[in-house]
Amino acid sequence: MMHNLTIAEQIKGLKNRDFSSLELTQHYLNRIDNSNLNAFISVTSDQAINQAKMADSILAKGNAASLTGIPYAHKDIFCTKGIKTSAGSKMLDSFISPYDATLSDKLNSQNMVMLGKTNMDEFAMGSSNENSYYGPVKNPWDTKKVPGGSSGGSAAAVASRISPFATGTDTGGSIRQPASLCGITGLKPTYGRISRYGMIAYASSLDQAGPMTRTAEDSAIILNAMAGFDSKDSTSANISVPDYTQNLSKSLKGLKIGLPKEYFSEGLDKGVEKVVMNAINDYEAMGAKIIEVSLPNSIHAIPAYYIVAPCECSSNLSRFDGVRYGYRCGDPKDLNDLYLRSRSEGFGDEVKRRIMIGAYALSAGYYDAYYLKAQKVRQLISEDFKVAFKEVDVVMGPVSPTAAFDLGSVKDPVSMYLADIYTLSVNLAGLPGMSIPAGFSDNLPVGLQLIGNHWSEELLLNTAHQFQMVTDWHNASPVE
Amino acid sequence: MTWETVIGLEIHSQLKTKSKIFSGASTAFGAKANTQACAVDLGYPGVLPVLNQEAVKMALRFGLSVNATINKHSIFARKNYFYPDLPKGYQISQFEIPIVGNGVIDISLENGENKIVGITRAHLEEDAGKSIHDMYDEYTAIDLNRAGTPLLEIVSEPDMRSAKEAVAYAKKIHALVQYIDICDGNMQEGSFRCDANVSVRKHGDKLGTRAELKNINSFKFLEKAINLEVERQIDILEEGGSVVQETRLYDSIKNETRSMRSKEEANDYRYFPDPDLLPVVVSDELLLDIKKSLPELPTEKKLRFVDKLGLSAYDAEILTSQKEVADYFETIINKGADAKLSANWVMGELSAALNKNQVEINNSPIPSNELFVLISRITDNTISGKIAKDVFKLMWEGNGSVDEIIEKQGLKQMTDSSALESIIDDIISNNLSQVKQFKDGNSKLLGFFVGQVMKATQGKANPKQVNQILNEKLS
Repeated sequence: MMHNLTIAEQIKGLKNRDFSSLELTQHYLNRIDNSNLNAFISVTSDQAINQAKMADSILAKGNAASLTGIPYAHKDIFCTKGIKTSAGSKMLDSFISPYDATLSDKLNSQNMVMLGKTNMDEFAMGSSNENSYYGPVKNPWDTKKVPGGSSGGSAAAVASRISPFATGTDTGGSIRQPASLCGITGLKPTYGRISRYGMIAYASSLDQAGPMTRTAEDSAIILNAMAGFDSKDSTSANISVPDYTQNLSKSLKGLKIGLPKEYFSEGLDKGVEKVVMNAINDYEAMGAKIIEVSLPNSIHAIPAYYIVAPCECSSNLSRFDGVRYGYRCGDPKDLNDLYLRSRSEGFGDEVKRRIMIGAYALSAGYYDAYYLKAQKVRQLISEDFKVAFKEVDVVMGPVSPTAAFDLGSVKDPVSMYLADIYTLSVNLAGLPGMSIPAGFSDNLPVGLQLIGNHWSEELLLNTAHQFQMVTDWHNASPVE
Repeated sequence: MTWETVIGLEIHSQLKTKSKIFSGASTAFGAKANTQACAVDLGYPGVLPVLNQEAVKMALRFGLSVNATINKHSIFARKNYFYPDLPKGYQISQFEIPIVGNGVIDISLENGENKIVGITRAHLEEDAGKSIHDMYDEYTAIDLNRAGTPLLEIVSEPDMRSAKEAVAYAKKIHALVQYIDICDGNMQEGSFRCDANVSVRKHGDKLGTRAELKNINSFKFLEKAINLEVERQIDILEEGGSVVQETRLYDSIKNETRSMRSKEEANDYRYFPDPDLLPVVVSDELLLDIKKSLPELPTEKKLRFVDKLGLSAYDAEILTSQKEVADYFETIINKGADAKLSANWVMGELSAALNKNQVEINNSPIPSNELFVLISRITDNTISGKIAKDVFKLMWEGNGSVDEIIEKQGLKQMTDSSALESIIDDIISNNLSQVKQFKDGNSKLLGFFVGQVMKATQGKANPKQVNQILNEKLS
């Protein structure tokens, strides 16, 4: 079946005329139609069919780009011209973007086919996809479970093979954690690798887009299309981008893998730990050296993150004021009423909670104690990794302390925040991180986290690909 | 005990960049509302700011012109507050580390003395849009064309001691930003705006509580607003009250200031570094390039006018106080006109006519090259200084060029000394009693004879020649 093919295989299939982009697209649109996971906020069937026809004509002429005609699902946080871009919020339920995000532009320029926009936690704030105005996404492995968040729709779509890949964004784990919980491959590149222009900001200094695919090889193919400097994003890095598919096959003999002892302490589910350790053993069998390292400040990652991210979001989300676009309350009495009710009614609870935390932490008299302190902690966390990467090439550990949990089971926000304990440090340090399928615990997929030094995506993809050459976890499917 | 006034100014000077500070939209003034605001200026979801390097260069031009410390790493921060003309809900500004640090500027006081005023800092920021409250009865109109226009906010030390000093400082900065070509200085269009921090104290006391005066769009209003505020504060203090720290709006129609908001109501702006922008890094190379590109500054020009042209400090100050005036004057003397005479003409007849008719020097009906010709006709003895004033008037009214007017009106000075002698002989023989008085020692009467000669020649006689012949004949 076409939907079981990887992107690498679909590219060949299109080139060999085994099938057309239109057939491929139609196939996925049918699968989306029959899916009950709530993975999409918008399905853009008409546009997808037109794009597929266009792609076929370009393919026929023989001047196609490498990804021409490949369908994908776009996280609804990326602006798409003429198409609703909601960020999972009531606030933007009526918002039709007047422009394309740089990432949307890049994928369009290859004549790819956008199937639709995927569901997500509101403004990317959440770890379970339960914070979406459009309702939670269900985990394809068990529809009573969460898919993880915030890129839950993207992860569920790829895992259930209703899209060959999806875009995601990761501010504190939002690509890696749902990838882990849904059993797919998710890559959060180094901060600055992919343009943030047109990606609705949650926490600007942490947000980073990345690919969510089934395999590491597909990740490399897609990262090639996504990465690069953008003059519209001052924080994007103006450094050259390698061809990420070039070094996938390198041997891992002598690779030094660091295991942070802090990532294997209490709180880590035994089943998850077992899967992770088995994967580490596989790496050892492939010739890698396993070394214990320490990230002593990682215990401060949760408090530091939950200061920095809310501070930035409290400011980033100020533009949603009911004045120019988006949700506006009915019949405002005056300006204050307009602000108050538009924002109270337009934002969900978690978003409001983080805006309030951030506004508080930035206010006069608290700034030094919270924001500045958190920035210092962030520096210490970065230093920890710097020290570790003097000794090892890649750091490995769990992505999430548990496998997918039941929908509605975590009611206390702080308990929910704890789900990000192994992923936050990577964002605070601006490092690249990956989640790759590594096994199952109680029939639910478990991911292995790979963390690299800045700009080491090539090594991470190589490390992940080699694992997928000797294991089959990434081919496990919850669907036929 | 008398009261001492303490004033510091915050000047917002709009930088002359073609596009906005963080977007590619045009900054041109006067376009149809909301047509010069792109997705970035409108604060659309997902958009990001990109710093316009021209704005940085202009800030550096200013910094170097006031001998300021330049911060080689400066930071953009977000100033958070909600207002409909602030699309993002925050203004991008500089807070803890501005691009320009401490500097100084020299101002001239009315008594001819100089005073050094400290500049605390100058920082880059974006302007907000405009709220128009009087267009509709029930609504406020918002025009976001101005949103994102680059501003340089220049903050002075509280060094001024009177409204006049504050005005002298503001004028000096106004002249400087135009000299270095970073601001058009147009106060009506809001390109140059002054806020004044005003307090009073007994001599020797600590600084008093200040009020910030806003909405001042001319130097005249600046002086009036400060004087009003000083009076208000002294009245309060002398009645035993205390001044409240607040922002006050100047109303030029009612000529009063009124409270806008007090410190207690002031916003907590929740400043923090803008994570969308990298620190502004200034290289030594860039600084050097900018240093080289700076024109002669008013202070340097003034010194040169005194040292090289022999002008008085007072004249040099006036001539350099506006770039356009200095340029006009220099065009004349560069063609070879006498400096002192040229200075007198530019500051005298020309500036009086410009003032009277409310014309800017750049739009003067008498261009600099024509004034040069006029001055040359005085020095080459074609006409006298007195006749020149008449020619000036005719030129101003559009009656042709200097030489055309002299020719047409027959204003050429008499150079035929025998003709002049016979006129003088006639005058002497018709005024014998005055001749006797003069010879008896009433030397003041020389003026009477000169007058008579000028009358007889319709002013065309060369005054020097007249004096000489009269002195010979009357001795």
